[in-house]
Amino acid sequence: MTAPSKEFMEMKQKAMQITGAEAVIRSLLEEGVETIFGYPGGAIMPVYDALYDFDKQVRHILTRHEQGAVHAAQGYARVTGDVGVCFATSGPGATNLITGIADAMIDSTPLVCITGQVASPLLGTDAFQESDVVGISMPVTKWNYQITTPEEIPTAIAQAFYIARSGRPGPVVLDLTKDAQFGKVDFTYKRCEKIRSYVPEYPLDKESLKSAADLINSAKKPFLLFGQGVVLSGAERELQEFIEKAGIPAAGTLLGLSALDSEHELNTGMLGMHGNYGPNIKTNECDVLIAVGMRFDDRVTGDVKRYARQAKVIHLEIDPSEINKIIKADVAVLGDAKKSLRMLTRLVKKQEHTDWVNEFHQAADIENEKVIQKDLFPVKPGLTMGEVVRMSSELTNNQSVVVADVGQNQMAAARYSKFSKTRSHISSGGLGTMGFGLPAAIGAKIGAPDREVVAFVGDGGLQMTIQELGTIAQENLPVKLVVLNNHFLGMVRQWQQLFFERRYSFTEMVNPDFVKIAEGFGIPGKQVTTREELKVAMKEMIDNPGPFLLDVLVEKEDNIFPMVPTGASVSDILLSAEE
Amino acid sequence: MKEEFIISAYSENHIGLLNRITIIFTRRKVNIESLTVSESALSGISKFTIVVREERSRVENIVKQIEKQVDVLKAYFHTNEEMIFQEIALYKVPTQALMESDQIERMVRKHNARILEITKDYTVIEKTGHKEETQELFEGLNKFGVLQFIRSGRVAITRSANERLSEFLAERDALLASIEMKSN
Repeated sequence: MTAPSKEFMEMKQKAMQITGAEAVIRSLLEEGVETIFGYPGGAIMPVYDALYDFDKQVRHILTRHEQGAVHAAQGYARVTGDVGVCFATSGPGATNLITGIADAMIDSTPLVCITGQVASPLLGTDAFQESDVVGISMPVTKWNYQITTPEEIPTAIAQAFYIARSGRPGPVVLDLTKDAQFGKVDFTYKRCEKIRSYVPEYPLDKESLKSAADLINSAKKPFLLFGQGVVLSGAERELQEFIEKAGIPAAGTLLGLSALDSEHELNTGMLGMHGNYGPNIKTNECDVLIAVGMRFDDRVTGDVKRYARQAKVIHLEIDPSEINKIIKADVAVLGDAKKSLRMLTRLVKKQEHTDWVNEFHQAADIENEKVIQKDLFPVKPGLTMGEVVRMSSELTNNQSVVVADVGQNQMAAARYSKFSKTRSHISSGGLGTMGFGLPAAIGAKIGAPDREVVAFVGDGGLQMTIQELGTIAQENLPVKLVVLNNHFLGMVRQWQQLFFERRYSFTEMVNPDFVKIAEGFGIPGKQVTTREELKVAMKEMIDNPGPFLLDVLVEKEDNIFPMVPTGASVSDILLSAEE
Repeated sequence: MKEEFIISAYSENHIGLLNRITIIFTRRKVNIESLTVSESALSGISKFTIVVREERSRVENIVKQIEKQVDVLKAYFHTNEEMIFQEIALYKVPTQALMESDQIERMVRKHNARILEITKDYTVIEKTGHKEETQELFEGLNKFGVLQFIRSGRVAITRSANERLSEFLAERDALLASIEMKSN
């Protein structure tokens, strides 16, 4: 056989050259991306054109607004643990992503957002749909980068995925000029394995682990707080083994909730402003406080000057900037939660703290009598958010993925859902983004197609992203949407009632008929107002193979309790408005 | 209590990184008193020197946030006493004033300043030193009418024997190699 001719080699070389746009898609495939959420537009059209040939390998979900795309990508990332990917065009497309990116930043959600940008010669000329996306997204991204040549695409995407998913995860924005999409490149892909200026996690420090173990071994009243870091590092089993061996009662942050089975005997519930009574008051009674993968958010701590002052604090954390940021750690253990917990379990003695755990049970009894029974078995005819949530939890055997919007609905969903699997609770924690719930549920359903996904949204938040019903309809996604409808911006109204002398300034809402709206999108729905109707309709919703909207008219002026008012100490938690 | 700190950071020489670093201050409403960025002893690595007046705990927090940026290699902070630092100032005075008396010449000698350029209209004087020193010369010269004045940001080095940036990079390589990543 003769050697291939020079012309043939040149031809072959040319054949391996692909457009930057195609390089984007091929790079995403190299990273294992199966789903992209997005919305096309002028400056990202070459990428969309390339995507057209890859519909067998990658699924693109066309949302109805870029904010929907980014929240869906977040829901997908949170339920799967993979990087959520979204596309948007330049200018308004990119700026519409910002809320979701900020949300992902504060809640450590791995995202890669690829935005189109005007051609590089037009940068800085106020070209049509030009905006400074790198500048705008800088404060709310873990990393961002503008790509202006096709050659940069594979490396930039490889770095973007590495940065988004490693260490403390977060969102990355790649701003891709149109000429970089049109240009040709010889495509080769290599995954990024390290970046010299970036230490995703520190190796375990045996000394600090030993100090932590010593404190735990001599503790009489140890208490463990678990945050989303446990979920992000996949340390659920390690957490359980650790608390079981050391006999330590534990409580979760809002984002950590599903890391530990709700029915586990050492799971004492949720921390924070509307968390459970026991975990809040016991924070100020424990002698050793072990915080794992959490950042002492002000909604968890209340007044920091009166937070766990009596306790020695052990902080297991991957991000060095979280150490001593809010609460000074007596022992800081830097590193991945899974590795730290595994090592710590080896170092601690097998113990039981029966009396101490019983104190949590007693606190739980008090909360049960004063709050929970009233929420779950109300004497009034009006429906409570709590009973709706609990019914859903029971009908799905505590197996569903619970997505919540923000506000009273979110707190009811967190308080009254029970979780038996990790990555089952998806909610906007740090940013508190109303409108998150519906699109996040879309992403969650796509990420976990075999699981029941139930989203609890308020009538306010629903109307912020209601157009995403169109996405549900187009993709025929069996998302179950429960509207906890009180015709109010409920949490703001609650604060107005408690702290602003019932001056209900612009919180009452005149709502459309949500069932009719859903019907307009081809989504079946029901409105219920009574307990009898609720049970029937919720069964119908769960049994329905497709999407369903259940509009539950709940008590208009119910409040979420317990409550740690802003500025109060966690131990001053209120069980009712009368206190 | 607020005091003056010198924040130093080594970073990759990437577009936009200056903005990434300064917004950390902006977000916390902390004023930057002076800022110098230039290439370090190693090609491709920039050095930031940032002077702030703040409480120590806030500075600690800010430095951690700077170091958290993906493209930043290392950040740390020092008090003024812990570092040797200088600023440079340029003064433009009318040459006429120099001709009329020897007072400017005396000032230049006294302050260890030097003359960079003389034209028939103006003379440019350069002085390096701490801010108080360059300010003192400014006030002296201004009796004769300073036409233009400019002061640089601070540059500073530690009192340790050498910079050890290349050793740091070697240590960093070893650190990164030692981490068994969950993605692997």
